[in-house]
Amino acid sequence: MKFIKKALNIALGVALVSPLMSQAGNEVVIGDIDDMSGVYADVIGQGGVELVKMAIEDFGGTVLGKKITFISADHQNKPDVGSSKFREWADKNELNMLLGGANTGVSLAMAKVAGEKKVPFIAVGAAGSSLTNADCTPYTVHYGYDTTSLANGTAKVITENGGKTWYFLTADYAFGTQLQNAATKVLTENGGKSLGSVRVPLSATDFSSFLLQAQGSKAQVLGLSNAGGDFTNSLKAANEFGITKTMKPAALLAFISDIHSLGLKTAQGLYLTTGWYWDMNDETRAFSKRYFAKMKKEPTMTQAAYYSATMNYLKAVKAAGTTDSDKVMAELKKMKINDFFAKDAYIRADGVLVHDMYVMQVKTPQESQYPWDYYKLVKKVKGEEAYGPLSDSTCPFVKK
Amino acid sequence: MTDIFGIPIQVILGQLLLGLVNGSFYAMLSLGLAVIFGLLGVVNFAHGAFYMLGAYATWVLLDVFGLGYWWALLLSPLAIGLIGIILERLFLRHLYKVDPLYGLLLTFGLSLIAEGVLREVFGSSGQTYPVPELLQGTMDVGFMNLPIYRVWVIVSSLTICFFTWYLIERTRLGATLRAATENPKLVQAFGINVPIIVMFTYAGGVALAALAGVLSAPVIQVSPLMGSSLVIVVFAVVVIGGMGSIMGSILSGVGLGIIEGFTKVLYPEASNIVVFLIMAIVLCWRPAGLFGKE
Repeated sequence: MKFIKKALNIALGVALVSPLMSQAGNEVVIGDIDDMSGVYADVIGQGGVELVKMAIEDFGGTVLGKKITFISADHQNKPDVGSSKFREWADKNELNMLLGGANTGVSLAMAKVAGEKKVPFIAVGAAGSSLTNADCTPYTVHYGYDTTSLANGTAKVITENGGKTWYFLTADYAFGTQLQNAATKVLTENGGKSLGSVRVPLSATDFSSFLLQAQGSKAQVLGLSNAGGDFTNSLKAANEFGITKTMKPAALLAFISDIHSLGLKTAQGLYLTTGWYWDMNDETRAFSKRYFAKMKKEPTMTQAAYYSATMNYLKAVKAAGTTDSDKVMAELKKMKINDFFAKDAYIRADGVLVHDMYVMQVKTPQESQYPWDYYKLVKKVKGEEAYGPLSDSTCPFVKK
Repeated sequence: MTDIFGIPIQVILGQLLLGLVNGSFYAMLSLGLAVIFGLLGVVNFAHGAFYMLGAYATWVLLDVFGLGYWWALLLSPLAIGLIGIILERLFLRHLYKVDPLYGLLLTFGLSLIAEGVLREVFGSSGQTYPVPELLQGTMDVGFMNLPIYRVWVIVSSLTICFFTWYLIERTRLGATLRAATENPKLVQAFGINVPIIVMFTYAGGVALAALAGVLSAPVIQVSPLMGSSLVIVVFAVVVIGGMGSIMGSILSGVGLGIIEGFTKVLYPEASNIVVFLIMAIVLCWRPAGLFGKE
């Protein structure tokens, strides 16, 4: 017992002293709280950490004559872990901005802290559009994609092409239901109909039972309202049970890391919506080449968004001439965003980044010419169409 | 169409069959746990990690060495069993005399290390393993299209379960094993090398987990986290069946797979907790489990 007590004391002492004895005011501190070890670790994770470091380096390492410091932590997909870490950093490390990784549940908890502590919070990995609607704060930015823009891409294109009846396989938490509701709204507006849904517990070990229920509905489209491992495993089982022969699968959220892990043989023909793709133009390819040299894989849209968000935050700090949260937020919402990630984009009053989205179809193995050549463009959705009008936003502080 | 409780009979039959497939996985995994606990008294929390390693070994054999599924069926359990032997020799054997809690902590730590290392090397999204050519396709069983591979899973895992049970409960070797754990000193006096027997028993249990990993590789994504989501359920299965009871773990594995299957139709949201609910009820009613001895 004595030994354990001693060890604990030492550990506690180190933990209290080490989190960078930030010399108040001499640093600009950027934090990153993400799933580093769980199901969503490939969506941003370590790749995001590398890209934030790269962005800081590209920016020159300092802003307003102050050194830019970066800290990151694993939220383990637990909302309480994420929000308490954020609170700790805000109190002890004088955090200037937080990047939020995957998981809508955790990001919703962290957004509350952002509002309370008045620290800009750029949510990148979370999909739930409530972050800039019912749960919005003046300090939240939703950067890259959200459930509304995903639905306005995939659900709209498929419904317009004749996929009128849908059945949803939905992850049983905030993200899954928000995504399903957004998609249902879009398909109803376009003359489609939802025939029902089955709510699947997160990280289920087997999806075949749920898929048979979906098949029993006789719907034309199988709406996969889940992500990460749940998405790949459900699509894999749908193939195995021959369900994809009678139903057209629609990925409401898929990342290139998912497609890579599934392989084109399983994923071919799948429709999905993305905010960015590595192989769109010379600019995106040049960016990806640098990333590939480090990580040996192509970046996901959210990893690219991490770089872009960091860069644009630093630009806003420079333009505002201060790290004061309110002034930086005002600058962020005033400036135009034009980089390799988004063109003519802007952060709206409710905090959502309005930028073009892309409906893609996964190539067949024959169509794919080189490694990571996975998507072909089906439709480019203009930012305003993808994210809907500001008048639709239910964010309380937005003046309409 | 005939309905039972408002559910078409086709759906019920379909879920029964799928429940049987999942139940076979549960049975095989809980069997390995029951063997290790029953004969060694070790709560092997690393079981999920060995299952995951078995699946990864299968994937690596194909991807790196070009050796297909049938080779993996033989080589993966051997390789992972060997890892089991090394761990038993290095760490586990020092813990037989102390509280089982230490074994649990050690194996839990080992599984976290294994998961962390594989995530670092392969990432968290996992890899896809193809269904072997011979077992591809589906067969129409009237009420659903059943993939042939799933039939293979049921048949092969139930066969393995039966042989393991037979080996331990009905053969001379099994009798020696049981005697060696009951009274190691006496058995040692007969000139039998007990530590070696214990070592191979652990390796055998580990190999069973790896074999389940090989069987599941074509069914789900081979990912570092595939074991941790399953091992808790499998522990519940073992507790329900009765810690250490071989037949108990097989029967409760299959039974719970089927019950879980029905929950997926009746109230899908509860499908991941139904096993634990049953565990709580069983523990109140029969603390030693359904087939356990007080």
